[in-house]
Amino acid sequence: MKVPYFPGCTLNTTAKGFDNAVRASAAALGVELVELPEWNCCGATFPLLADNAMDLLGPADVLYKASLEGERLATACTTCYNVMRRANYALKEDGEILEKVNYFLEHDSDYEGSVEVLDVVQILRDDVGWEGVRQAVTKPLNELRVAAYYGCMVVRPPDEVAYDDPDNPTTLDDLIEALGGQPVDWPHKTECCGAYLAVKSPQATQEMSYAVLSSATRNGAELVVANCPLCQFNLDKQQQTMAQRHAGYRPIPVLYYAQLLGLALGLDGSNYDLDKTIIAARPLLERVGLL
Amino acid sequence: MSGKLTPSEDNNPISKVLIIGAGIAGMQAALDIANAGYPVLLVDKLPSIGGHMAQLSETFPTLDCAQCIMTPRTVDVGHHEKIELLTYSEVESIAGEIGDFRAIVRRNPAYVNWDVCTGCGVCTEKCPKRVISTQFEVGMGRRKAIYTLSPQAVPNKPVIDRQNCLWFQMGRCRVCEKFCPTGAINFEQQAYTVEERVGAVIVATGYDLYPLVNMGEYGGGEVPDVIDGLAFERLLSSSGPTAGKVRRPSDGKEPKEVVFVQCAGSRDPELHMPYCSKICCMYTAKHAMLYKHRVHDGQAYVFYIDIRSAGKRYEEFVQRAMEEDDTLYLRGKVSKIFRDGDKTIVWGTDTLTGQNVEIAADLVVLATAMVPRPEGKLIAQMLDLPIDEQDWTLPLDDNIHPVETLRAGIFLAGAASGPKDIPETVAQASGAAGKILSLFARWEGERMTQELAETSLQPDRLAHA
Repeated sequence: MKVPYFPGCTLNTTAKGFDNAVRASAAALGVELVELPEWNCCGATFPLLADNAMDLLGPADVLYKASLEGERLATACTTCYNVMRRANYALKEDGEILEKVNYFLEHDSDYEGSVEVLDVVQILRDDVGWEGVRQAVTKPLNELRVAAYYGCMVVRPPDEVAYDDPDNPTTLDDLIEALGGQPVDWPHKTECCGAYLAVKSPQATQEMSYAVLSSATRNGAELVVANCPLCQFNLDKQQQTMAQRHAGYRPIPVLYYAQLLGLALGLDGSNYDLDKTIIAARPLLERVGLL
Repeated sequence: MSGKLTPSEDNNPISKVLIIGAGIAGMQAALDIANAGYPVLLVDKLPSIGGHMAQLSETFPTLDCAQCIMTPRTVDVGHHEKIELLTYSEVESIAGEIGDFRAIVRRNPAYVNWDVCTGCGVCTEKCPKRVISTQFEVGMGRRKAIYTLSPQAVPNKPVIDRQNCLWFQMGRCRVCEKFCPTGAINFEQQAYTVEERVGAVIVATGYDLYPLVNMGEYGGGEVPDVIDGLAFERLLSSSGPTAGKVRRPSDGKEPKEVVFVQCAGSRDPELHMPYCSKICCMYTAKHAMLYKHRVHDGQAYVFYIDIRSAGKRYEEFVQRAMEEDDTLYLRGKVSKIFRDGDKTIVWGTDTLTGQNVEIAADLVVLATAMVPRPEGKLIAQMLDLPIDEQDWTLPLDDNIHPVETLRAGIFLAGAASGPKDIPETVAQASGAAGKILSLFARWEGERMTQELAETSLQPDRLAHA
């Protein structure tokens, strides 16, 4: 099957490894993610603007372009997912705003709200199925204890974006199980990593990331997987100085779910940027037999 | 609501009432009507009467022992010659109109012949199968497969839980039968129905508590030391599973840090129930006080949005909890509750100081929303009564007809129509009973007039008496 795909700015640049892993593993599972021929930034600052139409232009433009390719649009970046889902929701809720936005965009036709925005993980769950994933695994995780970290973007606000239980999502946990790993039951699955606070107050981000990571290790995790480039960045980078503020802190590697998935499917991970993390993941991956 | 004879009716209207639900509302109404000399048919789904009040430890605002004030009612109901009590029974259908309703009631099989049973309790003592009592003990204690709900049960006759009985499930045991001194055990019993004709109906189906499983943010029912108000009542109750000692479910230790969360599921239009459940501010203050009375070195915290203590001496009651028992009241909602090791972590906020609060609690008691019982909805549908979006049965109006419905002869009493406390419930029960007695008195008057007319003794004068 082919699904129109929106990489987004980050997966196109600093998180290219994530993008490569997503495309390759989806393809190996029979889902060809076809990049939109033309796309622009999703908006990203949607929640930060007070004007109720301007911030919708960016995502509406993407949605319009996606509507020319099909009825679905997949993305792996959770912020892109969150922004475009919410923009779509806002446009479909308010006919006046939709009309205003279409007027501004000046395309040959109007966007009618026909596109469904999906997280790649949803496609894995609903179109491929966990049994399909399990059968395609050639290098199982050998009961590796993995903490699935969902962050905020795919669960809040629940009415607009959640494709799983917002308080206790299990989609990534199910993926880990399908790969032969042991998903860890832990309470900080959806607690914020600090996000953009890293720019303004690195200390706040460090404390928030510490709360998440220490909860993962306290509940027995050997690895954390994330679905968001900013989360992966924060949780990884903040560990650089964590031992200075928290005596006895034991680092834990943080990877993207797609990197783990690709390796478990037996794919070549050389372009997944596996060695670019602050906390090295290679020793763990070699120990488990994935590398 | 004139209660006139229906035009096509050639029988007289029946001065008998069917009361559905034998909690405090149903019992009060039953006694009011029976004491006036009229027959009552009182039906309850459970094996014994008393409803949720029977599960309570002490009641606000007096801290009276619930059983002490209720057992006079239950005993009177059990003995009253005008009250026919059908417990372990359910109403299957009701047809007809005011003056002549025809109800079909199903008697569920207790597998014990209650006419022969003396309530000696040997069967329960000898039964080898223990199960968690999810209903009466709210998961805090156990009962046997053959059981009565409580030591003060009326009727004090046991029933066999077929799902957990070794005989029904595995073809073994029958120890109860061996030991029963009167041969009351009867595994062959079948359900059967009875048809009753009554002139008026009171719906007193009561409430349940909002299930913990619906609140993922508070553990979703998976954290053992997060319980609801009724479960805590069982822990506090001297006839309860821990004999009144406060012990936490996970390991039986006495909790030293207890967090009470008000509005758990209430006042939450986004995720749960939009309404206020009325009783929680009061019973939470009660819980905090009773907890401190038993655990002198414990600390109670209450997270609240407002304190709704609107009733006679209610405000003073809450102040006692704050001042005399050092309960720390924190104005703010709780965002998350989860397990960490052997503690239960509560994340809340104190809006009056602007600080977030994290408490590592030993026990968390959620004041969960009151919701109507599913049986209430079934009965409403049977009777063509309207219900609202949250399934509460609607009275005729919310202002001055709280106990009447839009169908003549059908009344509501107690929590079936919405959250309320015991004093209001009892008042409504007597109100509904009063309305019905007024109907019965009018019918009697009309009957007398008719009889006199038939014997031609100055009918006109008597008709206008």
